[in-house]
Amino acid sequence: METRRDVFQAIADPTRRAILVLLASQVMTPNAIAERFNTSRQAVSNHIKILTECKLVKQEQKGREIYYHINANKVKEIDKWIEQFRKILQTQFNQLDNVLLTLKKQKK
Amino acid sequence: MNNNLLFDFTVDKAAKTVFITREFDAGLSLVWDAFTKADLLDQWVAPKPFISKTKFQDFKVGGRRFYAMVSPEGHERWAIQKYTAIHPKTNFKLFNVFSDKDENPELPGSDWDYTFNEQNGITKVNIIIYNESLARMEKMIEMGFTEGFKMSMVNLENLLASR
Repeated sequence: METRRDVFQAIADPTRRAILVLLASQVMTPNAIAERFNTSRQAVSNHIKILTECKLVKQEQKGREIYYHINANKVKEIDKWIEQFRKILQTQFNQLDNVLLTLKKQKK
Repeated sequence: MNNNLLFDFTVDKAAKTVFITREFDAGLSLVWDAFTKADLLDQWVAPKPFISKTKFQDFKVGGRRFYAMVSPEGHERWAIQKYTAIHPKTNFKLFNVFSDKDENPELPGSDWDYTFNEQNGITKVNIIIYNESLARMEKMIEMGFTEGFKMSMVNLENLLASR
């Protein structure tokens, strides 16, 4: 439960979403990521830390460099959650269909 | 259950907005009532086995509906809906926020916008939900989500598959 909440806190920030978009198409070093933003290197590094902590982003050491890449499985969790919401709505609306049917019958 | 009725659901994660469109096999007046009258809302808004209990409702601009989702174990999750705009049988807007049993709101909340259209006896409802935070959106789900609910979902899926 704790981790799941972290995922949503992570993507609630526009800079972190932008980092995820960048990493979706390529593996990048922390410096390469920081160069894409106007904010301080420290701020970007802090965003990456949060993304790593909630496992949306994974780091890999290659020689002296650290590379970040997106964790597709974790991103899927967000989609799974949205699917749950869709199903709840579907249940509600199916219940409403039945209520409407009953009301229509009462009217007759 | 009429499977030909449209059900559209899209989420814009960046804009923290959910767009829902659903058709109902009933006239506008009936559907409007089902979305705006507490006694009717209580009959369908809680995903079974949860039940919805409205303590009071004042359906006017600035008025509120104070209600709870009650779990099978009797656990109550309270929420407030404050009506921010009402155009009878056309559109209404509300601000939804979770609260404690004494009506103290737990911000942030979400804005809901409902639009109704009838064509040939079928009423189409468009709903736009804007959440101040994605974490809030997740909480909205947790409210009705338990093992028991997962079970009822499986039941529903089986029912749908058998048709």
